Amino acid sequence: MWAYIVKRLLLSIPVIFGVAFMVFAMVRIVPGDPARIIAGEAATQEIVEGIRKDMGLDRPLLRQFATFIGNVMRGDFGRSVRSKAPVAGEVAARLPNTIRLATAGLFVAVVVGVSAGIISAIRPYSWMDTVVMLVALAGLSMPVFWSGLMLILIFAVWLGWLPAVGTGGMAHLVLPAVTLGMSTAAIIARMSRSSMLEVLRSDYIRTARAKGLAEAAVVNRHAFRNALIPVITVVGLQMGTLLSGAVLTETVFAWPGIGRLLVEGILARDYPIVQASVLVVAMAFVMVNLMVDVLYAVVDPRIHYD
Amino acid sequence: MVWTQFRRNRAGLVGLVLLSAFLSAGLFAPVLAPYDPYEIELESGLKRPGPGHLLGQDELGRDMLSRVIYGARLSLVIGVIAVTIGVGIGVPVGAISGYFGGLPDLLVQRLIDVMLAFPGILLAIVLVAILGVGLVQVMVAVGIVSIPVYARLVRGQVLSLRGQEFVDAARAVGATSGRIILRHVLPNTLAVIIVQSTLQIASAILAAAALGFLGLGAQPPAAEWGSMLSNARQYIRLAPHSVMFPGLAIMLTVLGFNLLGDAIRDALDPRMRI
Repeated sequence: MWAYIVKRLLLSIPVIFGVAFMVFAMVRIVPGDPARIIAGEAATQEIVEGIRKDMGLDRPLLRQFATFIGNVMRGDFGRSVRSKAPVAGEVAARLPNTIRLATAGLFVAVVVGVSAGIISAIRPYSWMDTVVMLVALAGLSMPVFWSGLMLILIFAVWLGWLPAVGTGGMAHLVLPAVTLGMSTAAIIARMSRSSMLEVLRSDYIRTARAKGLAEAAVVNRHAFRNALIPVITVVGLQMGTLLSGAVLTETVFAWPGIGRLLVEGILARDYPIVQASVLVVAMAFVMVNLMVDVLYAVVDPRIHYD
Repeated sequence: MVWTQFRRNRAGLVGLVLLSAFLSAGLFAPVLAPYDPYEIELESGLKRPGPGHLLGQDELGRDMLSRVIYGARLSLVIGVIAVTIGVGIGVPVGAISGYFGGLPDLLVQRLIDVMLAFPGILLAIVLVAILGVGLVQVMVAVGIVSIPVYARLVRGQVLSLRGQEFVDAARAVGATSGRIILRHVLPNTLAVIIVQSTLQIASAILAAAALGFLGLGAQPPAAEWGSMLSNARQYIRLAPHSVMFPGLAIMLTVLGFNLLGDAIRDALDPRMRI
């Protein structure tokens, strides 16, 4: 297992460098003078020259990249074109909000998804199963930005139960979390249904039933845990959907997270902000994938890397 | 045989109906739309659905039904162009990388790893940040995002095909590598590419709508579903219909592709059924 984890760690290093290089190259690929782009349209020639010197644009590309990596490692992403404040500060202020939203979304997805899947699987092809699976299919096809607007319409505008936008207490978190978790919940529901069905058909479940165990004990103690392994895989695969869904959900609910920061940055052509938020989200994704892979190795000792 | 299997699947048929509606709306928009989707009628802005305008009117009094129908046309174009870019670059890259192996394969695979390290729509957002905001840029961005999907898929197929006897046979009679890839290997991956493309069109449409919604894609007054939603959300209290219909159109289109995709997969391989 340790060999697997070490290999997996080593393999993620080139990916991390590749992502960093893409973010680094971004400003240099955009047509025009990178220093001018970073400084913004309104900046004076002096400021542009200063940035050119700071960024070392006259030096070889690899040297520039090394400097960039060094700065990023020290948490220095430069200054925002708009606010002139250090980008790192803005990112640090927004990041906890995104983490809160993503965690709540994941919680909704797993709890709703797994329960729906199990309910379906216990009575396959019943009306209950059909309804749950139809709802799951609809949830899967709903764009996250639209389901968010529909939830606002129903629960904030019509019923007035929950706040429509902004941050605050738990009440503000409910609609964004449900919006974000919904499509992942649908996928988890479909996966846990099929996984549970397969487990319920296996020999050891027949044995458990044959020795006279109550159905609840069979499902809870014998089937449930084994059915969960493929579900963990799906949850891992869905982390990307969840993170990119967060970008959209944040826009719908005016949630001040990294995703919102990124979109605002692009619209304002504030490249330091764009670079920092892209890097943070992509790194978070690489790290989460790494953690999920390590988790498999812990949960299922049969997994080997080859 | 596959068609018999497929016909039995009611969900698949529903998908087929939804997609037919989408395709006809896209192809025959000028005939089907009751009004000009860009015609402004300020005095009846935000009017609710009624006999004259079945889906109501938006804030500028434009007919929602016509805009939704034209939106299908735009989405269809986006989907087809994006998939063409993905297939056009991803398939050759995947085929060459899988057939020859070695250093080029290694480099291509690492590049794909990096592209896939951006979750979901983030890579498309990064590309839009580079290319600039706009509809054409979005088509290109969404197309580039689908390149790694095809490259991985085709590479895997080619890897398993290149060791087969018919490839050895072709090589034995002196066929060049290019000829073997084009005439013998690629035709065998066609079925997988077609199935993947059905699903990929749906994700391209969804991604483009998402970018439109974020304000990074099609710009007003374009009748694009995502940008219509982004516009309409400020009127959610006054005119819920202006938020409902463009989203419903996206959902039904994506649902159609999902149902059809599931049905084709089940028909081709009944064991995969979930």
